[in-house]
Amino acid sequence: MLQTDPVFRVRDLSKTYRTGAVEVQALRGVNFQARAGEFVVILGPSGSGKSTFLNIIGGLDSATSGDVWFMDHDLTRAGDAALTRYRRDHVGFVFQFYNLVPSLTARENVRLVTEIARRPMKPEEALAMVGLSDRMDHFPAELSGGEQQRVAIARAIAKNPEVLLCDEPTGALDSHTGIKVLEALTNVNAVIGATTLVITHNAAIQDIAHRVVRFANGTIMSEEVNATRKAPAEVSW
Amino acid sequence: MSALSPLRLKLLRDLRRLWAQALAIALVMGAGVATLVLGVGAYASLDQTRAAYYTDSRFADVFADVTRAPRTLASRIAAIDGVLAVETRIARLALTRIEGMEEPGNAMLISAPGEGAGALNQLYLRSGRLPDPQSPREAVISEGFAKAHGFEPGARFTVLMNGQSRDLLVTGVALSPEYIYALGPGDAMPDERRFGIIWMSQKALASAFDLEGAFSSVSVKLAPGASQAAVIAEIDRLLAPYGGTGAYGRKDQLSHAFLDAELQQLRGMSQVLPPIFLVVAAFLVNMTLSRLVALEREQIGLLKAIGYGPWAIAGHYVEFVLAIAVIGIAIGFGAGTWLGMELAQLYARFFHFPYLIFSRDPSVYAIAALITLGAAVAGAANAVRSVAWLPPAVAMQPPAPLRYRRFMGGLFEAAHLVGQSGVMVARHLLRWPLRTASSILGAALAVAVLVGSQWSEGSMDRMIDVVFFRTARQDATLTFAQEQRMPALYDSARLPGVLAAEPFRMVGVRISNGPISRRVALQGLPEGVTELSRVLGTDEAPMTMPEDGVILSEALAQILGVRTGDLVDITLLDGDQRSFATPVSGISLGYLGLGAYAGLPALDRMTGRPGRISGVNLALDPAQEAAFYAAVRATPMTGFLALNRLSVEKFRTTLAENVTIMTTVYTVLGAIIAIGVVYNFARIVLSEQGRELASLRVLGFTRGEVARILYAEIAVVVLIAQPLGWLIGWGFANAVLAAFSSELYRVPLIVTPWVYAKSSLVALAAAIGSAALIRGRINRLDMIEVLKTRE
Repeated sequence: MLQTDPVFRVRDLSKTYRTGAVEVQALRGVNFQARAGEFVVILGPSGSGKSTFLNIIGGLDSATSGDVWFMDHDLTRAGDAALTRYRRDHVGFVFQFYNLVPSLTARENVRLVTEIARRPMKPEEALAMVGLSDRMDHFPAELSGGEQQRVAIARAIAKNPEVLLCDEPTGALDSHTGIKVLEALTNVNAVIGATTLVITHNAAIQDIAHRVVRFANGTIMSEEVNATRKAPAEVSW
Repeated sequence: MSALSPLRLKLLRDLRRLWAQALAIALVMGAGVATLVLGVGAYASLDQTRAAYYTDSRFADVFADVTRAPRTLASRIAAIDGVLAVETRIARLALTRIEGMEEPGNAMLISAPGEGAGALNQLYLRSGRLPDPQSPREAVISEGFAKAHGFEPGARFTVLMNGQSRDLLVTGVALSPEYIYALGPGDAMPDERRFGIIWMSQKALASAFDLEGAFSSVSVKLAPGASQAAVIAEIDRLLAPYGGTGAYGRKDQLSHAFLDAELQQLRGMSQVLPPIFLVVAAFLVNMTLSRLVALEREQIGLLKAIGYGPWAIAGHYVEFVLAIAVIGIAIGFGAGTWLGMELAQLYARFFHFPYLIFSRDPSVYAIAALITLGAAVAGAANAVRSVAWLPPAVAMQPPAPLRYRRFMGGLFEAAHLVGQSGVMVARHLLRWPLRTASSILGAALAVAVLVGSQWSEGSMDRMIDVVFFRTARQDATLTFAQEQRMPALYDSARLPGVLAAEPFRMVGVRISNGPISRRVALQGLPEGVTELSRVLGTDEAPMTMPEDGVILSEALAQILGVRTGDLVDITLLDGDQRSFATPVSGISLGYLGLGAYAGLPALDRMTGRPGRISGVNLALDPAQEAAFYAAVRATPMTGFLALNRLSVEKFRTTLAENVTIMTTVYTVLGAIIAIGVVYNFARIVLSEQGRELASLRVLGFTRGEVARILYAEIAVVVLIAQPLGWLIGWGFANAVLAAFSSELYRVPLIVTPWVYAKSSLVALAAAIGSAALIRGRINRLDMIEVLKTRE
């Protein structure tokens, strides 16, 4: 793997949620870096802070303290407009529940993003990359869960993002379908070179990553680099 | 709070959470309820007040005027079968001269009724006392007249009675059931400054008008169940030798007839608009609440999962909407009662009632409350029914994914006319055609109630234009005390400041076709085209007076059921009371009263008394008005003077006070409905699509771009609703007008473009305001929440 400049630089990141008198510290001094084209799997139990972490580096939430840099963008000091711009130009998201627009077909869901992106690929190209060339004109209600998730991936990558952030992308899928989705993710990571962060509590997935990060109690407990990566087809759960 | 069950607590908190929407719905309900309560309340109050006042003051049932009849005739009238009481008196017109008033005013001089309990048309003394029976100068004056001139007991002014000037001393101010609507001769609206009623002693008037031992007017109270027609026929027979002009019932008594017409207008507005408002409000409440409850699907599933039965859940949501409905009804009752009282008071002041009985008919309140509650509960039940009986596991799941379709085989999408967000909006609207249609209908109804409320604006202007500027174009109408021969025309034309003079003749007739008949003044105008007082055809072109036959106004022709060429029977009310048949030679446009016209020569032949005129229509030189007024006062033949400019001013201000205030109230309530509807629609669309919109924010759509998608949907619905709203509103206006019209007023329906524009502007402003109000919510869409939860 190439040793390039970090895409993400996170230093002493903390996040505290306040609801009334109750304070919950979701992140306590997280330090993290990710390089271009890296495929990182983030593991951790519920409440370990991994989703909060992903939301902050994805520009969906703000930090309480610390620094988050995406290339030369300072995300911790960015306002809503700048964060919207950041998400729009640089970030592709994939979520557990797909979040497709039900009134648009697969192709149109992708086009929704390519219309506003700076340097998009063709919607058809993105859908081909996830193996859905023959299902492009179907509405979400006409697609299986795995297919819907692959549409979501196509939608996320169609803008040629620098980073691809996935929060439990296989969480709602069975093993067989989940593997297809992971294949789509690794394929995209290889082809467009987007730095890919995948959150999961499914430890079986860790073998397909370049690097595995473990969260617990709002901080990173451990990091390990996989000497050899497995193909998605080789894992199971 | 611990006494409250968890469901009740949920209810209270839901109300607090949704307070803005709940309040908007409650206001819509309140507006619907208020219109019914206020409209019906004001009408019923005035109707009951009138009935009570008539009874208290022993208002007569039959009236007759006569030139000079001996007072001994009274006992013969009293002896007619069915007559309970008779009162004879002297009633004559006179001119007034009042300091600070340049033009001559008119007054009706009446011998004061007795003070005994048996007297008819009793006066209600506001202040002072009745005139001394022996005094030739003491007078009681009508309240409106007194107020217009600031007269109180002790004040003095001058009347010209029978050519003689006399200074009068005001001893009292009073109200009379005969002049609740005190319309002066030749006027279209009461004008208290220029017309007053003056009660003096019998003796004073008798000597002034040479009527010692005689009377010129008689009022009769009928026994219950007596035949009015038979009594009228018998009175006519008795009075004929003395110059009787035909007895008439209350229906033809001027004040009563106009009051009736006014009350009919009020009832028209209160019977047509409020039910429309109430039904519209009910429809909107139903639509809004059913969508609001549908959004609660997951919570309903949860409640079922914990073990609440479907009836408990249904009951919970019904309670929720009932709570909103109760607030709305309370607002409506409060506002409606208050507005109804204000309105009744306004009318009472205009009408000169001595007191006002407020009617609070419980049935009106009950009907308004029941319709509103019914609509609210039906809306909730409709939505709850589809969810409360599902198995909990199913209910907790979102509804099955919606299947969308392309339309026109994908042609629309292929055209790439709009971006994907446009496709989203279009498909969303078309996915639920019924729901979209009901949203459009809701917004259209909001526009329609506004159009319907403002029906009077163009219509009244048009009426004024036709009546005062295109038909009656004279500056003044001088009516002689008695019919004069033709030379009086030339005398009038020589009065200072007179630029042109045209004669007219008024003959009281009964005009009939078979069993249908009406008492009208048949007006004779010079043959050919007149310049001042014109008669317009239904095509609005001036009509020429025919050589033979009569021209009838549209309203009269319609009542009689005759068309041009048909024959009508005419009976003169005075003179030899001859009857004859004559053809209808044309139909004229007429908005005020019932009109009948003939050429002067034809009228000469009809009456058998040729060469007479009742008065002249005059064009005046404004620079010489003062000289003209002085000359009119000095001319003995003057009966009364009507001034067109003052009439139209009075007409306008009176309309402004009555109709305009009424329509303003309705317009404000209509605006509340419009705002409530559009705001709720916007909020519901946001709730329904909040998740989708938050997803778009995650994908990098800006707040503005996301808001635009929502606004586009609102805009499409609101814009499509406009023309539909205009159309429905025109129908509402037509319905109100139909109820408003009476034999005395016929109002043409003119809805000006400005009315449509104003209504749409209110609706659009409501839409823009609502859009601004929900903008904050769009900005706060929770992007993280949407990622964590299933749809």
